[in-house]
Amino acid sequence: MRHRSLLVLSIALTGALTVTACGSRGASKSGGDSAAGTTVTIGVDAPLSGENSATGLGIQYGVQIAVDDANKNKTVPGVTFKVKALDDQAQPATGQQNATSLVADSSVLGVVGPLNSGVAQSMQQVFETANLVEISPSNTNPALTQGPNWAAGTKVRGYKTYFRTATTDALQGAYAAQYASGTAKKKNAFVVDDKQTYGAGLAGIFKDSFTKDGGAIAGTDHVSTGDKDFSTLVTKIKASGADMLYYGGQYDEASLLSKQLKAAGDAIPLMGGDGIFSATYISVGGAGTEGDLATSVGSPVDGLATAQDFIAKYKAAKYPGDYGTYGGYSYDAATAIIKAVGSVAAANGGKIPSDARAKVVDGVQKSDFDGIAGHVSFDAFGDTTNKQLTVYQVTGGKWVSVKTGAFNG
Amino acid sequence: MHTLPQQLANGLFLGSTYGLIAIGYTMVYGIVQLINFAHGEIFMTGGFGALTVYLVLPHGTSLWLALPLMLVGGAATSVLIALGAERFAYRPLRGAPRLAPLIAAIGLSLALQQAVHNLYPQATSARVFPQIPSGPWHLGGVDIQSGDLFTVIAAPICMVVLALFVRKSRTGRAMQATAQDSDTAQLMGIDTNRIIATAFAIGAVFAAVAAICYGLRYGQVSYDMGFEAGLKAFTAAVLGGIGNIYGAMLGGLVLGLAEALATAYIADIPGMHQLGGQAWSPVWAFVLLILVLLLRPQGLLGERVADRA
Repeated sequence: MRHRSLLVLSIALTGALTVTACGSRGASKSGGDSAAGTTVTIGVDAPLSGENSATGLGIQYGVQIAVDDANKNKTVPGVTFKVKALDDQAQPATGQQNATSLVADSSVLGVVGPLNSGVAQSMQQVFETANLVEISPSNTNPALTQGPNWAAGTKVRGYKTYFRTATTDALQGAYAAQYASGTAKKKNAFVVDDKQTYGAGLAGIFKDSFTKDGGAIAGTDHVSTGDKDFSTLVTKIKASGADMLYYGGQYDEASLLSKQLKAAGDAIPLMGGDGIFSATYISVGGAGTEGDLATSVGSPVDGLATAQDFIAKYKAAKYPGDYGTYGGYSYDAATAIIKAVGSVAAANGGKIPSDARAKVVDGVQKSDFDGIAGHVSFDAFGDTTNKQLTVYQVTGGKWVSVKTGAFNG
Repeated sequence: MHTLPQQLANGLFLGSTYGLIAIGYTMVYGIVQLINFAHGEIFMTGGFGALTVYLVLPHGTSLWLALPLMLVGGAATSVLIALGAERFAYRPLRGAPRLAPLIAAIGLSLALQQAVHNLYPQATSARVFPQIPSGPWHLGGVDIQSGDLFTVIAAPICMVVLALFVRKSRTGRAMQATAQDSDTAQLMGIDTNRIIATAFAIGAVFAAVAAICYGLRYGQVSYDMGFEAGLKAFTAAVLGGIGNIYGAMLGGLVLGLAEALATAYIADIPGMHQLGGQAWSPVWAFVLLILVLLLRPQGLLGERVADRA
């Protein structure tokens, strides 16, 4: 009797877990040839649940709109595109599994993603081996394209299949420091990071540049992703007499940190990189985030005439997630893949050749077109040639751009 | 060093929440020797229950009016889930080898997390929780944030009520009897199933109170908030002596203080700069746990573990 109920329970539990696990994967139907023509799948890998998911969903649906547009306009005759989105939960290990499963799906000719630089590190080799092109709309760690010794000036491209439409932290961190000391006249910064590839890298670059620009560092500290309680850190920052806080990391922790800092009566602004440039940062952080600053790659999407159609479509479809940060870049990344597939097919008499993946990599390298978020082309390292950066400030509960420019420091 | 009072207060606020959740672990363990690893998720569902109540109330309802209703809603949600778990996942396994209910608890915790993630609208990482609209209050050298006000008031009240309940009420005495020897208690006419369910329910109410403390303090609730909070609370329960109600609260406070003081001061010790810092606070909390368990295996106030093992 007891054994039977144990059995029933474990079966029920396993069933429940399987069902929920499948549910969290999102739309992930595998591709295949349809009767109407060839189907080409564009993979997406991003955090679609948990930490960072607002930004991750923005990537997924940015790609979705690019694919819908390509299908509607018949950009590549005879080819129907579809999206296969996998959730990496911001975990490098999960990202690598997703990369393996995308590689195994022969209809996948290109992948957009991931969001996090740390996840990209674990995926690059998998895609390189399979000759599958990967374009990240958001990875900003310089080492991903220029090798581990980029700071010393030895730039080596490790993976010819890896590209990105976002510019790097080397520029972003320096641009932030320039704004902080030059425009905002800050002298004494407290620097906190989340120990991740992206956050620690960015904070390190900011610290170096800020000191070089004549600023002082009031103190440094590290947090862990998922931390909620910063009360002791806040008391420390307050006691350090810093006139600004620089945070290298994502909005999940930054918004709470800023909120707790302001609640403790320390009215200094928090400044961060594109990882905190998200509407969720303000909605969770509340009034405490007023006056906070963020740098982000490119020009503000809302202000670009070329992006208005995209924004309208995103809003009309009521997609969840945040298109503002990388939606436009995801659209452009997907478009680069679509165009490359088109040129490969055109060179082969309108058919997708059997070695399409390798040819698509070459096609993406030769990309040269005006995307919705700026010009799309890649240098010898796979980095975007678009070096536009923007500083945003929270004003009246919204991110408002305060300075846009190209950084060439 | 003038920041010390504030850091102590930070630790106490943090520790009170740990203590409130730890009650649930300790009561259930005290009576059925089950470590209910799904308790962190019961805490989480309490937070979402309270948030749901707030969202269905007409927009602009004063929080002072909404808070009691949220408390009821949150408590009802987590009690319902705790009782369901007890009835359908743990009771059928009572008497089975100890590992079976433990695995059931872990499975249940994953299922509850995914269920909230899928059922609750917007699969983003965190949902905004309403805030007490005034404060902060200054008390000597210490700032009390609006979000902590609820913790300051709720935690001691909960503790006193629980202590009186266990010591004075009929059900409370029946609980003590069941904890001591469940078979004999049953022979004496105590409905042990009802008593065990009551222990689950009380733990769930405390978890819901803790979830509201958490929501008000951080301004958000998320489907995965139960994991870390649950782990810390379980640690607090073990630290205080699992099975001992006062130990759970003491363990929570000690853990919270340890985290706060470690973050604040270890980095100032020469040569320890790399080991101070916010990110190291849980490490020091667990170092403390190991030390306590080495020197006093039954926990700070524990007494019951030895004769059970």
